[in-house]
Amino acid sequence: MSNEPLIFEHSRPGRVNRAQSAHLGGELNGIPESLRRKHPPRLPEVSELDAVRHYTRLSQKNFSIDTHFYPLGSCTMKYNPRACNTLASLPGFLGQHPLSAARDSQGILACLWDLQEMLKEVTGMCAVSLTPMAGAQGEFAGVAMIRAYHDARGDAARTEILVPDAAHGTNPATATMCGYTVREIPTDDQGDVDVAALKAVVGPHTAGIMLTNPSTLGVFERRIHEIAGIVHEAGGLLYYDGANLNAILGKVKPGDMGFDVIHINLHKTFSTPHGGGGPGSGPVGVSERLHPFMPIPVVGRDDNNAFRWLDEHDLPQSIGRLSAHMGNTGILLRAYIYALMLGREGMVRIADYATLNANYLMACLRDAGFDMALPERRATHEFILTLKRQAKEPGVTAMDFAKRLLDYGFHAPTTYFPLIIPECLLIEPTETESKETLDAFVEAMVTIQAEAEKDVETLKGAPYSLPVRRLDDVKAARELDLRWQAEA
Amino acid sequence: MPFIPHTENDTRAMLAACGVNSIEDLFDEIPPELRADALNGIPAGRDELAVSRLLHARAAQNAQPLCFAGAGAYEHHIPAAVWEITTRGEYYSAYTPYQAEASQGTLQLLYEFQTMVAELTAMEVANASLYDGATALAEAVLMAVRANRKSKARRIFMPRTVHPRYRDVVAAIVRHQGITLELLDYDSAGGHIAPASLPTEPADITALIIPQPNFFGALEDTDALTDWAHAHGALVIGVVNPTAMAVIAPPGEWGTAGADIVCGEGQPLGIPLASGGPYFGFMCCKQKIVRQMPGRIIGATVDLEGKRGYVLTLQAREQHIRRSKATSNICTNQGLMTIAATIYMTLMGPAGLERVARQCHANTRALVQRLSEIDGVEILFDRPAFHETVLCLPRPTAEVLAGLSERGIFGGFDLSADYPELDNTLLVCATETKSAEDLDAYTDALREVLG
Repeated sequence: MSNEPLIFEHSRPGRVNRAQSAHLGGELNGIPESLRRKHPPRLPEVSELDAVRHYTRLSQKNFSIDTHFYPLGSCTMKYNPRACNTLASLPGFLGQHPLSAARDSQGILACLWDLQEMLKEVTGMCAVSLTPMAGAQGEFAGVAMIRAYHDARGDAARTEILVPDAAHGTNPATATMCGYTVREIPTDDQGDVDVAALKAVVGPHTAGIMLTNPSTLGVFERRIHEIAGIVHEAGGLLYYDGANLNAILGKVKPGDMGFDVIHINLHKTFSTPHGGGGPGSGPVGVSERLHPFMPIPVVGRDDNNAFRWLDEHDLPQSIGRLSAHMGNTGILLRAYIYALMLGREGMVRIADYATLNANYLMACLRDAGFDMALPERRATHEFILTLKRQAKEPGVTAMDFAKRLLDYGFHAPTTYFPLIIPECLLIEPTETESKETLDAFVEAMVTIQAEAEKDVETLKGAPYSLPVRRLDDVKAARELDLRWQAEA
Repeated sequence: MPFIPHTENDTRAMLAACGVNSIEDLFDEIPPELRADALNGIPAGRDELAVSRLLHARAAQNAQPLCFAGAGAYEHHIPAAVWEITTRGEYYSAYTPYQAEASQGTLQLLYEFQTMVAELTAMEVANASLYDGATALAEAVLMAVRANRKSKARRIFMPRTVHPRYRDVVAAIVRHQGITLELLDYDSAGGHIAPASLPTEPADITALIIPQPNFFGALEDTDALTDWAHAHGALVIGVVNPTAMAVIAPPGEWGTAGADIVCGEGQPLGIPLASGGPYFGFMCCKQKIVRQMPGRIIGATVDLEGKRGYVLTLQAREQHIRRSKATSNICTNQGLMTIAATIYMTLMGPAGLERVARQCHANTRALVQRLSEIDGVEILFDRPAFHETVLCLPRPTAEVLAGLSERGIFGGFDLSADYPELDNTLLVCATETKSAEDLDAYTDALREVLG
């Protein structure tokens, strides 16, 4: 693929896209010279066609769900139905100012109310706040609520959050943002939390534990009830990281497992677009005892069935606001539309077929000679393949496999996470992929294995067929080049 | 089955490969006592036609009055090409560009975005965006505490002229970091922070936040405030409106040394109002403190053959590497929104963006002029303003807004809940989307309501 210059390199002084602003303008009356801008910003000066062609060409350099199988573990890269975007983009939704009066906003409020109710049902929690704008912000809200709960009880001794060593990096980072110290709990050789180790560290200083179930190792945490009992007994609360909810939708409810607070990644389970890294959406669900601390605003319903925003007057103990308005409302709307199309049967089928696809793919890869990190366990919606053996002999790494997969038209699985499994690929096919696609992926893996045995260097040089070859990350970090500079 | 492609034959063959008889067998590691009953509270599934019918009805229940509210979210014309291109599947359905070689489209675009934001603010570097303007300010406060190594006080001066919801968000997010947020009152005549009102004796201040324009639309004395902060060892955090940057002095040029950290709400750059989101926050800083900046940052590099390419860089700051010692727990940007904003800035160019800013300013001045000719309606503050102004009304604001609403006008933002001293006041805004007829319609409606 040919090199596409930067948009700034397409720019020519004096070229104006007159379709957009020809009849606009006006004097800057009342603004003194001292407060005015002296030199215009060096934004590109291009025609509308230049812009459309450039950004269309750039798009063609991306892998995406719409163009490629994207088995990125822990990210749930399933098909994003077009209807969700089309219907969330109706002018009646897009044109609404966030500070509009509730009486003018009953349409959107009704949608958000319905979504709150649905999420309560699938999570088994007593209330839901939709405002967090990503999973990480949902985590922040959750741990801040745990802290607010202990603080409200005058229990200041609880300074520690427990996190399994296999956890997402956001878990410890979030605990720190909430002013807690983090203690890691080891994982046993079957992928479960080491309960003996947990018992040894839990105590009056324990504010809570953050768990993902199914865990980041792609297996169901079988002793979850016992873990919940141990932490609750010690006065701590349980936080559920909903990253892997896709695997258990309608099968198990986090509320029934004993969790006090959860976040849900709507951009995973409810198929809102990943958009090249956002916007996400991370609503939180709470148990009765954390209800007073929920982040605001929340959608409420009056006796006469009119909807309105609940704020600090309704929830005076709230941890507060996490966005200027109602989080990523348009993303919430897309999740709602998706949920309506699925309905109750469709949600359970998600878990069914996400699990079937993962177990099938795992079985095929095992039969093809690959090693699984936890061979004794069922896969949930994802599983971990380890290339530890191949890294020793013939000397190809998870990175090499990942890059070579790109040449065969597959986005790479998640690499080197969880950190505790060496040379791993975390593979999540999702329910929207067909058997043929999974079979083709297995075939590519087998081909790459054969290439590795024949000539290691082929893999070390991959990818070959993409817009660029393997990129130098070290140079990028050492010799920072974070923006285009006009030549002086 | 919506969005599941399996035929019965597929399912049978796959179960056989797994060595089980039914899908249910694959869930046998879940303790039976935890298994959920049916999701009876969820409605039965509907097809696209039925859902479309419902959503059209719901969209129609949102009244769409003529909008004269700004207060942090601004109605602007969005060129058709912006969302036509942004919603291409290659952008819409891609993820964070972890596999750089397979994500050069998103990565190059974000590099262009960083450049444009840095140009707009006249700052050295920018990141690839944060969630929204309010959280960007919270992250800027945390960053200032990390970056100002000389300050031990963790004390932030936050004017009351900063958007009230931003102040709420900052308070909620930094609450557990031992940071003191000290509110600065505004000048009652100007509606701005009078530099003379700031303390003159030396004190340990970590950072001063300067909004431009401020929440009232008034323009702060950014040069004097910046120089005051630097003289007191404080960093300057600018919170700016990106449309204003086309015509108002950018933070990189404030005072002698310029602002240190700049953030703001990116919504005016091609993002629809959409009841408040998704929007995006932008953040810039001086290059020397870039390693303290949170969020995704894209850098240019070369490939094996020396060809230019782009990657996520400075990842050692981030949660997936640093875990509990990361600069923030953030692991996304608002990718899709920054794609739209980049295309918007490209289509407008420097000339187009300036025309939009000038038209917004002229429209708001014309509106305020007409409204203030009505008996009892007055302009509250005497400072220069950009594209938003506070009016005093002769009657309680809620009553007036209700009357305007009946006439199809969203008249502005009622300040009284956030500023109890400003009862009977209204913050109004008229962007380039408003015609002379629209301004007349508002004027006539207000005259009727007050008459």
